[in-house]
Amino acid sequence: MAVMDFAGGSAPAAPRDRLHGARRMHLVLGLVLAAASLASLGVGATDVSLWDVAGKLLRAEPLSQLERVVLVDIRLPRLAMGIAVGGALAVSGAVMQGLFRNPLADPGLVGVGAGAGLGAITMIVLGAMLPAAIIDSVGNHLVPLGAFFGGWGSTLVLYRVSTRHGRTSVATMLLAGIALGALAGAVSGILVYMADDQQLRDLTFWGLGSLAGASWAKVAAALPLIAAALAASLFMGRGLNGLALGEATAAHIGIPVQRLKSAAILAVAGATGAAVAVSGGIGFIGIVVPHLLRLGTGPDHRALLPNAALLGATLLILADIVSRTIIAPAELPIGIVTAVMGAPVFLWILLRRRGLVDL
Amino acid sequence: MLEARNITVSLGGRRVLDGIDLVARPGRITAIVGPNGSGKTTLLRALTADVPHSGTVSLNGRDTATARPWELAAIRAVLPQASALAFPFTVIEVVRMGLRSGTSGGREDIAAAALARVGLAEHAHRFFQELSGGEQQRAQLARVLAQVWHPRAHGAPCWLFLDEPVSSLDIGHQIEVMSIARDYAAAGGGVVAVMHDLNLTALFAEKIAVLSEGRMLAFGSPSEVMTDAVLSHAYGCRLRVNTRPDKGVPFLLPHAAAGAGSIPEAAE
Repeated sequence: MAVMDFAGGSAPAAPRDRLHGARRMHLVLGLVLAAASLASLGVGATDVSLWDVAGKLLRAEPLSQLERVVLVDIRLPRLAMGIAVGGALAVSGAVMQGLFRNPLADPGLVGVGAGAGLGAITMIVLGAMLPAAIIDSVGNHLVPLGAFFGGWGSTLVLYRVSTRHGRTSVATMLLAGIALGALAGAVSGILVYMADDQQLRDLTFWGLGSLAGASWAKVAAALPLIAAALAASLFMGRGLNGLALGEATAAHIGIPVQRLKSAAILAVAGATGAAVAVSGGIGFIGIVVPHLLRLGTGPDHRALLPNAALLGATLLILADIVSRTIIAPAELPIGIVTAVMGAPVFLWILLRRRGLVDL
Repeated sequence: MLEARNITVSLGGRRVLDGIDLVARPGRITAIVGPNGSGKTTLLRALTADVPHSGTVSLNGRDTATARPWELAAIRAVLPQASALAFPFTVIEVVRMGLRSGTSGGREDIAAAALARVGLAEHAHRFFQELSGGEQQRAQLARVLAQVWHPRAHGAPCWLFLDEPVSSLDIGHQIEVMSIARDYAAAGGGVVAVMHDLNLTALFAEKIAVLSEGRMLAFGSPSEVMTDAVLSHAYGCRLRVNTRPDKGVPFLLPHAAAGAGSIPEAAE
């Protein structure tokens, strides 16, 4: 006795089973990422032919000094960092949107990025004041850890302020994000004022939002946090799906909501913190990637989160290729490229599916 | 069996529920009725462990305060009064969310069957947000049914907790949904429903709890609690209950109260 009063309407893109389609997308996106990675290794200010290098490796001939420096010391760590940071940004965006049940939640937009930035700046400027035992034990993880705790603190504050009785107010969330961002910016400003010349140099490079400073040391510093956060996110898919029904209903269908929320906040802080620490503030990946995937393959977080990691990594690598070739031999900060590519896509999404995005 | 003992809930310094005792047995529909603000929904939330309360609630002998979410999810499903959904999930995807736990663990065909049971089979692949309010409510009911599809599992009853399950439905679907609840109870499951419509309640519920200002005013079968005195006191207006001669089911028309206006102390 169904009532057919709503005939028509837009049908979902793949009517049968979107989850299967989304899972098949893992392979497609994985291949695209591999292709983008090869392109990233092959393109740059210096002419190094991947073809020649591959041939030499196959014939077990030694690489030239130039080839070794360009590929092993410059492009490879940069590629690794691009993959890690792009994946981290996209997955933190998707997890945060799931946690806040809102497609506008993005670590960069709501002050978590700023909080992580504050943590990183604090460590760059004041890190030397910490007891030697701490500095020795964390080594070059100091800045990522500072960013992690900064991001964690701001996510916690944001969630506490904007969520009442299991409902998150978007307006409160965005306003709280503005306040948090302003506060973090002001404190960062004080720290910049206190910094010495070398620290100012570090801060400036860091603040540009770029993969330019990539090194194996930075990859080693950021990768553990990012890998842990991405691995944890793989177990959140079902829980975040349930949260879409509201916290109470999520609990009713058997999800340990409190534990899920804590894990999600830690994952966002870890991934965002580590990404911000090594690459500065790179915007729009966290909001555009999950959106594109939801429109293409549906909102099921079980497939969305791995797909976001793959697509985020791919997009950041492509943006990096643009950033270092468009005005070569100089480099454009990658944050500019992602904003120029991301903002119009974002606006286009809003225009095209206003009814479904504006939830 | 659902056993609630001495449930007291305070929200924002105000005592919303005061010493409620309620026992609901499987195999029948237990309805909770009362005027707006009498604590119906709060009582249901206390029974499903959603609000902090004093007193104890046990479901199938298990204390709901200490049970894990997935343990409770296996034996009871909850239909909220209003449900929001973030992100563009399709109707069948929403129903499948109920499948993850409980006795129905992962059986996809149950989702389709549950959707067919509420009459929305052909809407499976539409976006949930595109449905009308009443259709959304029925889709959520399908999700709830899918979670505890078998009214009895492992020798124990499963439970449906429904908060105003027919509030935004037309009369045809009201009866359809209440019939689903009755079938569930008849098959050995338990149903606890907050109800607004006294006539539907009298038709379908075996036991009715009448709440008034956070206290239990009366508890019993429809003919026991649906009396002029109880209802007039609970709702604060003069109500006259009639009885269908053939079946003995009480019914109520608003005409007496509408003619007389509000007289709170009438029935005492």
